[in-house]
Amino acid sequence: METAGSNPKRPGNPLWLLAEVTYKCPLHCVFCYNPTDYATYGPELTTEEWLKVLREGRELGATQLGFSGGEPLMRDDLEIMIAEARKLGYYTNLITSGVGLTEKRIAAFKEGGLDHIQLSFQDSTREMNDWLSSTKTFELKKRVAELIQKYDYPMVFNCVLHRHNIDHTQQILEMAEQLGAEYVELANTQYYAWAFENRDQLLPSHDQLRRAEEVTNKFRERVGDKIKVYFVVPDYHSTRPKACMNGWGSLFITVTSDGVVLPCHEARMLPGLTFPSARDHDLKWIWYDSPGFNAYRGDAWMQEPCRTCPDKEKDFGGCRCQAYMLTGDARNADPVCDLSPHHHLITEAVEKADRPTLPPNVKPIVFRDDRNSRLLSAKKTDTTPVT
Amino acid sequence: MAQPQRIAFDHDAVIDIAKYYRFQWEPAQNCHVILYPEGMVKLPGSSGEIMKRVDGTRSLNGIVAELEQQFPGIELRADVVDFLEVAHGNGWIKPKAAG
Repeated sequence: METAGSNPKRPGNPLWLLAEVTYKCPLHCVFCYNPTDYATYGPELTTEEWLKVLREGRELGATQLGFSGGEPLMRDDLEIMIAEARKLGYYTNLITSGVGLTEKRIAAFKEGGLDHIQLSFQDSTREMNDWLSSTKTFELKKRVAELIQKYDYPMVFNCVLHRHNIDHTQQILEMAEQLGAEYVELANTQYYAWAFENRDQLLPSHDQLRRAEEVTNKFRERVGDKIKVYFVVPDYHSTRPKACMNGWGSLFITVTSDGVVLPCHEARMLPGLTFPSARDHDLKWIWYDSPGFNAYRGDAWMQEPCRTCPDKEKDFGGCRCQAYMLTGDARNADPVCDLSPHHHLITEAVEKADRPTLPPNVKPIVFRDDRNSRLLSAKKTDTTPVT
Repeated sequence: MAQPQRIAFDHDAVIDIAKYYRFQWEPAQNCHVILYPEGMVKLPGSSGEIMKRVDGTRSLNGIVAELEQQFPGIELRADVVDFLEVAHGNGWIKPKAAG
């Protein structure tokens, strides 16, 4: 394998293809990582166009395929895509909220060869504080969980944690147990897109985080091997950045609903880069030769302190999108790193989160929906980006 | 794969690929691989040849016998045991009789 310390002439092939088949979604999650301007995107790829993407991804060597969204069940041709993907030899993963998963559909997915389903606990109501006790949510997840078990899939639950639900970690774990989960992922919110808009409302305090970890560890002790629990800490509470996407253009390729091909699902926000469409180019050219995919490969783009950092081959300077969102320059070190001259931007946000109550003037929560997406998109076009 | 943990099992028990794992030839890697949720392990050379025979009809002893017939004069047992115990420790395979 090529190392990240050089500018490889030719990178390895992608292993992961993420197909964000639609941005339509029945939910309005405030922590959603979908682009905030999704409502302004062009028409979705057709079935035929998706099948072409799947073939090209497989020819490139991708083995893992994620059907995601939005809510992928909103596409009524998902059955066709799954069957084709399996025929091509992908390990197929469906990432879903379960809303819209009927027995007829799951039977067709099984028949078509779907390998794996990840069910997310999400806020299906706008009453965020009530959602855990919401009968509607529980009944829906219970029905879906029964279907998943009936069709012999592993029960994989994912729940995104934030300031308003992290204190319910115990109840979340118990609910997962009650529903027969084999794997539970408690993923702290990553602050991109909608979650970034809502960051001051969503970032948990140190104390909340510590308590949630304690509860999780106690739960692990009690259930032993029966349930595997993963607890993903928020990077804002770290001092070293995550090795984002395992390096730019190294393993992951994302295709968005309108066909734009990205090295990560957030990269479309970065200024000065144009990402090609799968409608106009094949994935092979896009992966190996397009300027966008080569922009942050290797380390020639790095600035100090990354350029001379001994960890640069380990964390690749963190996340380009986070560097851009917080500092205005994607080439900067991810400010999560305490060696970054911008690290105070992270510590200040965490200090704010550590106050017992949110200040009265905190930015109101923005729900992910088409109207807000258009509003945010218009706002973005009006303002000059910070540099 | 960080630290493969070996777990021994009955050499006469029929073994199969575990639920949720898939074994296949991967042209882009030019080797066999095991696929599982969100991951892949490459099995180059002899490990792929051994794994090919884990199909719910043979035991470890059966696989050794078959390989020795195919490659006469080569001492294979130790390699097969090594690999399959690691595969078992990683949860890729399971003895059928033991459930």
